[in-house]
Amino acid sequence: MDHPFDYGSVKELVQLAAGGKISDVVLGCQAHEDEVEPQAVLERMQGMLDVMRESVKDGMQPGMRSNSGMVGGQAYQLSQAVAEGKTVSDSFLGRMEAMALSVAECNACMGRIVAAPTAGSCGILPGSLFSCQEKYGYGDAQLVRALLTAAGIGRIIAEKASISGAEGGCQAECGTAAAMAAAAMVELRGGSPEDCAAAVSLTLMNMMGLVCDPMGGLVEVPCVYRNVAGVVNAVAAADMALSGIRPPLDCDDVIETMGQVGRMIPESLRETGLGGCAACKSCSK
Amino acid sequence: MHASVFDIVGPVMIGPSSSHTAGAARIGRMGRRLLKEPVREATILLYGSFLMTYHGHGTDRAILAGLMDMGVGDVRIRDSFHYAQEAGIRYTFGEAHLRQAHPNTVVMHLVGESGRQVDMQACSVGGGAIRVEKLNGLPVSFTGQEHTLIIPHLDQPGKIAAVTNCAASFGVNIGSMSVFRDRAGGTAVMIMETDGEPREQMLEWMRALPGVEDVIFIPREA
Repeated sequence: MDHPFDYGSVKELVQLAAGGKISDVVLGCQAHEDEVEPQAVLERMQGMLDVMRESVKDGMQPGMRSNSGMVGGQAYQLSQAVAEGKTVSDSFLGRMEAMALSVAECNACMGRIVAAPTAGSCGILPGSLFSCQEKYGYGDAQLVRALLTAAGIGRIIAEKASISGAEGGCQAECGTAAAMAAAAMVELRGGSPEDCAAAVSLTLMNMMGLVCDPMGGLVEVPCVYRNVAGVVNAVAAADMALSGIRPPLDCDDVIETMGQVGRMIPESLRETGLGGCAACKSCSK
Repeated sequence: MHASVFDIVGPVMIGPSSSHTAGAARIGRMGRRLLKEPVREATILLYGSFLMTYHGHGTDRAILAGLMDMGVGDVRIRDSFHYAQEAGIRYTFGEAHLRQAHPNTVVMHLVGESGRQVDMQACSVGGGAIRVEKLNGLPVSFTGQEHTLIIPHLDQPGKIAAVTNCAASFGVNIGSMSVFRDRAGGTAVMIMETDGEPREQMLEWMRALPGVEDVIFIPREA
């Protein structure tokens, strides 16, 4: 399929993908933009997936600690609890949570990660994709396609709202990552482009207003736990969208609203480390 | 839209922070490239948020890694103190006393193996992007996101024309250009962003032009 043009909104993306998949459009546009064959884009994205897979392993070590000592080793702790059947959720969701935490902790401990869309929210896509691979047996080629769908959604959010915590709070980082992951999972599960758009809307609605309030200004607490919350939100939105639930709000409107809400968030709650969790009495040492 | 899918899913980087770790590594590497030779001594002064959170973000390690020409995804960033010691680099970190600057600012004094020196001030502006704001005492502004030529020269008539003529004769298109100087008739610097990667021969020809003190090429990050 040839797409000698670009998409500027989710509406356009869904229209262009009619009868096919969002990833087809994103792939076609990127290959056109880079003046390369689609295969080159797929190979480069496979490289990103490979680094993501390594980061899941790297973060799963019991003895790992961040420079501040606040996080590290907790993904291992969670995955053990899941394996022993101690958790509320089953092994699928539990594994997803542990993998998201693992990548986020890998990042906090100066490991190698793929910013997706940012370093602070880097656990959400790998957690979603690799746990779906474990459960449903998708090949890497399908995960690469899902990453393209996610990236297409992320490009639109970056353009129409923000993907920066300093500009738009955590909703712009973990919220965007979760919306990207929701769209990716919907496509993997055989959903339509319209289902993907609904999943994006639902995720962003459910994470609307989330502030960015890192303790000590570090990408650790609550950031790594918000990656866990992000995958759970993404799964919930994907499930609702796949069932045919349609929120009565246009996806592009929700994205723009997220950007507007971000600008209303006071500066103390936009990555300055001055408010929210960062200002809890029990946090000050 | 501007962003590529690989700006959204990517880059591959060492955590934890795109601004405080990846951006810091890019500033260090920019310093190494402006010096044009391996760093022997470095005085690195931090300001604002960089000063407050450098330990937790590994900002110090990332800058030092960049000074050794390591990229943002290089796993050696974590152990850069060790690699710097191995390479015999003398470095000190301290506080930059600035009146008004971007919260993520670094001031560096670098000495290279041959004794070449660079003084620079740069900031990490978000998402791993950086901006150089001062170079050897001159106020400047460039990001390194495109192929960039840095050309210190004497502030005299005809120097800019000579340099741009040279670029034209090699078929190199200039995408953007700015000129900074300290005072009329003193030292000035041209900053040019070019569309293609210039050949070494063009840089040699430019260096031979009268009044051109040096030509430094900073390639765009792949």
